[in-house]
Amino acid sequence: MAMAALRREGRRFAPLLSPRPIAAVRSSLVSEEDIPFGARSISTQVVRNRMKSVKNIQKITKAMKMVAASKLRAIQIRAENSRGLWQPFTALLGDTPSVDVKKNVIVTVSSDKGLCGGINSTSVKISKALYKLNSGPDKETKYVVLGEKAKAQLVRDSKKNIELTISELQKNPLNYTQVSVLADDILKNVEFDALRIIFNKFHSVVSFLPTMSTVLSPEIVEREAEAGGKLGELDSYEIEGGETKAEILQNLAEFQFSCVLFNAVLENACSEQGARMSAMDSSSRNAGDMLDRLTLTYNRTRQASITTELIEIISGASALEG
Amino acid sequence: MEPPKTPSSFMSPRPPTPSTIPSKITVNFVLPYASELATKEVDMVIIPATTGQMGVLPGHVPTIAELKPGILSVHEGNDVTKYFLSSGFAFIHANSVADIIAVEAVPVDRIDQNSVQKGLAEFTQKVNSASTDLEKAEAQIGVDVHSALNSALSG
Repeated sequence: MAMAALRREGRRFAPLLSPRPIAAVRSSLVSEEDIPFGARSISTQVVRNRMKSVKNIQKITKAMKMVAASKLRAIQIRAENSRGLWQPFTALLGDTPSVDVKKNVIVTVSSDKGLCGGINSTSVKISKALYKLNSGPDKETKYVVLGEKAKAQLVRDSKKNIELTISELQKNPLNYTQVSVLADDILKNVEFDALRIIFNKFHSVVSFLPTMSTVLSPEIVEREAEAGGKLGELDSYEIEGGETKAEILQNLAEFQFSCVLFNAVLENACSEQGARMSAMDSSSRNAGDMLDRLTLTYNRTRQASITTELIEIISGASALEG
Repeated sequence: MEPPKTPSSFMSPRPPTPSTIPSKITVNFVLPYASELATKEVDMVIIPATTGQMGVLPGHVPTIAELKPGILSVHEGNDVTKYFLSSGFAFIHANSVADIIAVEAVPVDRIDQNSVQKGLAEFTQKVNSASTDLEKAEAQIGVDVHSALNSALSG
């Protein structure tokens, strides 16, 4: 339809323009087919091309969905197996999302690749809200960003607060050694009182729960334990091994961070595949709907042109007879 | 905007401390890739703490222990299951729940004696030939792990 309009426009401006540029425009849209002036049949070429491209897009999205589904199966098992890992730490050190400390580090976990629905924007949104919540005159809040997508979103308005970015996490299948090296890297390069890890916890293929895990530095753990509250019970524990209590707490905090991060990246990778699967599913469905509409238009146009031709022939014949 | 969830909302609550000492201890033994034991009730566990082997019975005082490479044995009636741990932490709570977190663990019967001997010899040689402190420390860790493995197999 649009093409017919373009052709009409082209004809109207034909005296003003040289014919070549129009042909160039047309050839980029339609295969080179020189329609003579005064051609009466309606061209269905544009619709046919459009249908072809929609069909190809549908093929691609379907394939992506299949790939995501098979990747999801593998990673879901690993994510579910790693769920036991953080629970002992939460049982021992409690869950302290509202702890008030000076140096907050927000670790945003995201994916490297797009086309996976809204999971990355969710983590970024939550990270930004958390940043606002934890910023104040005597406070320092920094971001550590895992994955390209959150980096691209955060660089725009909080570039100066990004301390560290890490990407290409999922080049190799995620394993604990790799994540603990990464955790070590973060711990070495960033000073923190509390690490807040934001990720999407996998719930089902269509639902992900944005989650925040908090890891406190050993000094804060000690401070909180002395102050009582949620960590008050920690003082009743006997500590075996190590030279001092501080040393054990240090080891404990580092180990906790690597374990929590390991689970977080796995859960997020799992959510990513799930989200990609449902996103690709809906875009294949959309492409299907679009194809149906285009087919309808195509057939209607075809029929209309046949009808016109018939009328021409019949009226011509009757004119001869009469 | 909805606030994010926190880990505690995904966790089943831990039981309160009972007034009398229960007859069994509940063990959670987790690895990064598996939950080896999940809330399993057993008679006793022996943990390889850095200060030495530590037997844990129900009603043990709350403890945080760092682990060294060694044998974790789980006693359940007459059955004893032995695992070799690389390292990790163990928390024993007041409510007779023991959490053991290890980076790597294998049942002892799956360890090959010959490769342990070979590895031990290799790392002992590396300790002697190491030139930098880092190399030496790395080799020393290798020796520690392999000699722990060795004594676990022979013991």
